[in-house]
Amino acid sequence: MRLTAYEQGLLDGAAGEAVRRALVYQLQVGEFFQAEDFVPVRSAHLMADAEALRDDGVALVEELAELGGRFCIPTTTNPRSVDLAHVLTLRQRPVWPARERRLIAALGRLGAVQCHTCVNYQTLDPPLFGEHLAWGDTGAVIWANSMGGARSNFEAGTAALMAGLTGRVPRYGYHLDAVRRPSVRVEVTTPLPDLADWGALGCWAGRRIADCWTVPAFSGLSEATPDALKHLGAALASYGSCAMFHALGVTPEARDAAAAFGSAAPRARWTFGAGELAGVYQTFPPNGEGVDLVVFSAPQLSSFELRDLAARFEGRRVARPTLVTVNQAVRADAQASGYAASLERAGVVLLTGVCYYIMAPQDFAADHGWRRLVTNSAKLANIIAGYGYHPVFRPTATCVQAALTGALPS
Amino acid sequence: MNVPSGGAPALVRCGPRGYGPTVAGPALVSAQGFSARYDVDRDRGVFSRAAHDLFGRSLAGQVLVFPTAKGGVATAWMLRDLRSRGLAPLALVFDRTNPVMVQGAVLAGLPIVHRLTPAPSTAIHTGDWVEVDPTAGEVRVWRA
Repeated sequence: MRLTAYEQGLLDGAAGEAVRRALVYQLQVGEFFQAEDFVPVRSAHLMADAEALRDDGVALVEELAELGGRFCIPTTTNPRSVDLAHVLTLRQRPVWPARERRLIAALGRLGAVQCHTCVNYQTLDPPLFGEHLAWGDTGAVIWANSMGGARSNFEAGTAALMAGLTGRVPRYGYHLDAVRRPSVRVEVTTPLPDLADWGALGCWAGRRIADCWTVPAFSGLSEATPDALKHLGAALASYGSCAMFHALGVTPEARDAAAAFGSAAPRARWTFGAGELAGVYQTFPPNGEGVDLVVFSAPQLSSFELRDLAARFEGRRVARPTLVTVNQAVRADAQASGYAASLERAGVVLLTGVCYYIMAPQDFAADHGWRRLVTNSAKLANIIAGYGYHPVFRPTATCVQAALTGALPS
Repeated sequence: MNVPSGGAPALVRCGPRGYGPTVAGPALVSAQGFSARYDVDRDRGVFSRAAHDLFGRSLAGQVLVFPTAKGGVATAWMLRDLRSRGLAPLALVFDRTNPVMVQGAVLAGLPIVHRLTPAPSTAIHTGDWVEVDPTAGEVRVWRA
């Protein structure tokens, strides 16, 4: 890779051992993808939670802090594994808060903005058109590329950590114009009245694509809202490993089909109608009608989603454990607006700075017998199956009903 | 295990330069995507997603061969964690990988290659003896 004089200096140790190691690492990744050079990034978003890092990863972050590493660009944090206010409520095993405290301390020394959120783009750091970023969390990356028109690859926690230290990333993948062009066109012909329906669309298209380097372009999404696109993107990234999509007439690099596709015709054209939508839900058949818990999470909810949920639970009482995850900013909004109190009166547990699948859910399954999980998040339904759960993905109203009655309608 | 004794490989797959040292070991081949978070019980180092075609198999010491990488960004930390506890695969061979898998392999020091032709995930079978040579961008296969 071609290095600037500044980057050569970093490699020679001018900014210390932590930064030198970070640049060596980035060079190895860049050479794998045949990057020609580095590109400066405005911010980094870092997935670093106790459940993923465990002792070895926590020690690595501590070592970089010990070596004097400091983030040279704004570097924000993804959800963590523990809401320290709810360790006892959830009877979480002590190993997780212990690791999480070490991690929070080390990230603090490195200079991270500890927002603990996967919706940084909604509450903290809106991506700008054309800028380069080093973001982790696939849902945040697909938002930045698609809705913002910013440019980021999936930067794993390790890679975003290094980018925060050096202020740059290897220039390959979604930093390049050619990679951002769509090659698949998906015509959506059915209304998508619930947020879960948008996740279902992402699930359906993602399963068919299953490739990080394929970009779909959707038409028929003129009813989109930011939260709807959030669910679409999170599901598409989760099921398809997709890092970008276009919505014709909605997203900035696709004012119309001509702008999105240029002279290249799509290699495939698919239609998503009412039958396909119903079909997605049918791929999550319940295991009997019983329900162990209901989770609204992945991505963390916006203030608008929380407002909607508070109205649905107002004056009622849950019959099964019901968890909702938000970030600190939305938590503060919800307290000021009364939504938090409404939900808590109904027995809903509002968790802050976490996401369910990051909370060592395998322990909850073993310790509490939680298996049959109902959620309106297509993404959560995908991930949680690897932790020994039987997920049932359903529209929001069905999830609320399951929480209130402890059963799924047959 | 049928370790080759100097004979010519049955198959050679070529692609761009990968990352890591040359290693050899038995292949564990999947027709599905790979994510350490979505598919693996990391306490035991085995595939734990019931619907995965490698369900119940251990990763340790295997050359994992997958058509594609999938899922989120957590896999990168997880490969290093698995390596630190002796549960990591020997090498990763993908038809086409995503950045996360490479970022994780480099952090963990695990050899990784991709974009070999024809696609390794259909040409290599579980139990074949596979030599992964990232510097040459080659995968050499001896049939079990």
